[in-house]
Amino acid sequence: MGKAFKKAEALSDRPTHYCPGCTHGVIHRMVGEVIDELGIRGKTVGVAPVGCSVLAHEYFEFDFMEAAHGRAPAVATGIKRVRPDLNVFTYQGDGDLASIGTAEIIHAANRGEKITAVFVNNAIYGMTGGQMAPTTMPGQRTTTSPFGRNVHDVGMPMRVSELLSALETPAYIAREAVIKPKYIMKAKRAIKKAFQYQMEGKCFSLVELVSICPTNWGMTPQNSVKWAEEILLLYYKPGEYKLPEEM
Amino acid sequence: MEKVLMKGNEAIAEAAIRAGCKGYFSYPITPQSEIAEYMVRHLPEAGGVFLQGESEVAVGYMVLGAAGCGERVMTSSSGPGISLMSESLSFLAAQQCPAVIVNIMRTGPGLGGILPSQADYFQATKGGGHGDFRLLVLAPSSIQEAVEMVMEGFPLAEKYRNPVMILGDGLIGQMMEPVSFPEHLITRPSNKDAWAANGMDTRNSDKRNVLKSLSLDPDEMHEHNKSLQEKYDRMRRNEIRYKAYNLDTDYELLITCFGIMARVCGTVVDKLKEEGIEVGMIRPQSLFPFPEEAIRQAASKTGCKQVLCVELNMGQMVEDVEKAVQGACPVTWYGNAGGAIPPPKEIIAHIHSLLNR
Ligand SMILES: Cc1ncc(C[n+]2csc(CCOP(=O)(O)OP(=O)(O)O)c2C)c(N)n1
Ligand code: SF4
Repeated sequence: MGKAFKKAEALSDRPTHYCPGCTHGVIHRMVGEVIDELGIRGKTVGVAPVGCSVLAHEYFEFDFMEAAHGRAPAVATGIKRVRPDLNVFTYQGDGDLASIGTAEIIHAANRGEKITAVFVNNAIYGMTGGQMAPTTMPGQRTTTSPFGRNVHDVGMPMRVSELLSALETPAYIAREAVIKPKYIMKAKRAIKKAFQYQMEGKCFSLVELVSICPTNWGMTPQNSVKWAEEILLLYYKPGEYKLPEEM
Repeated sequence: MEKVLMKGNEAIAEAAIRAGCKGYFSYPITPQSEIAEYMVRHLPEAGGVFLQGESEVAVGYMVLGAAGCGERVMTSSSGPGISLMSESLSFLAAQQCPAVIVNIMRTGPGLGGILPSQADYFQATKGGGHGDFRLLVLAPSSIQEAVEMVMEGFPLAEKYRNPVMILGDGLIGQMMEPVSFPEHLITRPSNKDAWAANGMDTRNSDKRNVLKSLSLDPDEMHEHNKSLQEKYDRMRRNEIRYKAYNLDTDYELLITCFGIMARVCGTVVDKLKEEGIEVGMIRPQSLFPFPEEAIRQAASKTGCKQVLCVELNMGQMVEDVEKAVQGACPVTWYGNAGGAIPPPKEIIAHIHSLLNR
């Protein structure tokens, strides 16, 4: 009897350290499958962030580099500039990409670096124990917004996909969700498109993935999915925000 | 060998190109912007890549990415920019990525000024980033030497899988001198298949390479630090460089200095000799590893009563000289931290007063 589910070659056998219900694992799987489907495992270099997915390199089976917090797009730029034949992607959380690393992601996008950013937006800092992120929702309680995010004090949450789409340089920018099976096929398609554009030498590509962090949201995985669908997806609307053909 | 008259910064850039630099990333800052301006015109002709990054923070990581996939890479900056790179220097050292970093120093601290200085001795030799790591630091005192140190910097960085810093004071970048680019310093990049994260197909391998510095296991972390220290000890054994001058005399005073100050102090030694005063001189060419033993021996020689460390800062190398001398005789500092280079006659007057002449 054949196996119903075959693990992607681009994924490793090592057990992940993610919390139960965490969506990082789902995203790893999609990235791994896309890399297999495109047959580019041997020419891929991933760049890991600082955040819960700091050990992402342990869960894939191809070359990887670690970056400092927020600097993955600069590391990816360095790789891709000297080795344009390689397929280079960053995997980054919202603290990493949208806070400490805003300069790096904006300029990598604006230069049109032929890299792909897989951007995991879970509206919180996971690894450091649930502090407020630039993407935290108004009123959302975190350890550094214990009374809920006060937008009069710290502004409204940052919509990275919209922000980057305002840049002129050709790019593929899409936001999808990974919180339920019904969103996942679309999310995977977006990731695949992003890598394909890179392989064609077309443009910078970023896929934002609306995710959950049950542990630091203080909710069960089921309630997290519900909250993400009812609150996050209204503010972070899925869709393709920018296509390279627009230019 | 054919000599050409070149500005220091341009000669440094040309030396890197001849040494096989394949990626140069930088952000403009005086007094070294000519390196980038030369690179953008000439590096692509030689098959390399030039990119102006959005900040020195980003530039440091572009260097990490390019070095991490095995290419010869360089960046250049000055104090404030090197400060912004200090995080990436720590990562380069931790992830053992070879790269050449040129610091053409200006005065500091803060924004400081753009005049020649040696203000970044501490920054270069004591880490300049978090954690237990070292840069291999070379300090040229002429443009010819800067050229050679850059050309040797790439294979040295590869030999130790560690960043190499060329620490030049502003004058090294700005003045013009005749230089040649020695053929014998042109080397082939080492094979980096054992560790470079350059795509498994590049190496025809099914074993992946991962460049990382995170280590949550205390034993593994300690072992990593131990192996880095062993590497720095190997540098101490193999890479110490210095020049000694007038040490075969019965000198009363020993001068220690580096970079451009060695040229001024060389004149000081010659002029004092004409007066009948013998002064010895040691110029470290490698600031890390530091020529401790040579300085200790020179300071311990019978007749040597004191050591004078002359620097374009408020006394930074003097701490390493004191440590080297181990109390054999008193060590004092003389210098200027404003961007002015003390002329020989000023240093001579200071030495007269030290020797009660
Ligand atoms: C320079 C620096 N500042 C702060 C930290 C601490 N830190 C580690 S992970 C992290 C936040 C990560 O959050 P996010 O990017 O949202 O990823 P998640 O953990 O939610 O997946 C912070 C602040 C660090 N490692 N380096
Ligand atoms: S803290 Fe949150 S983001 Fe991190 S592994 Fe747990 S659930 Fe996932």
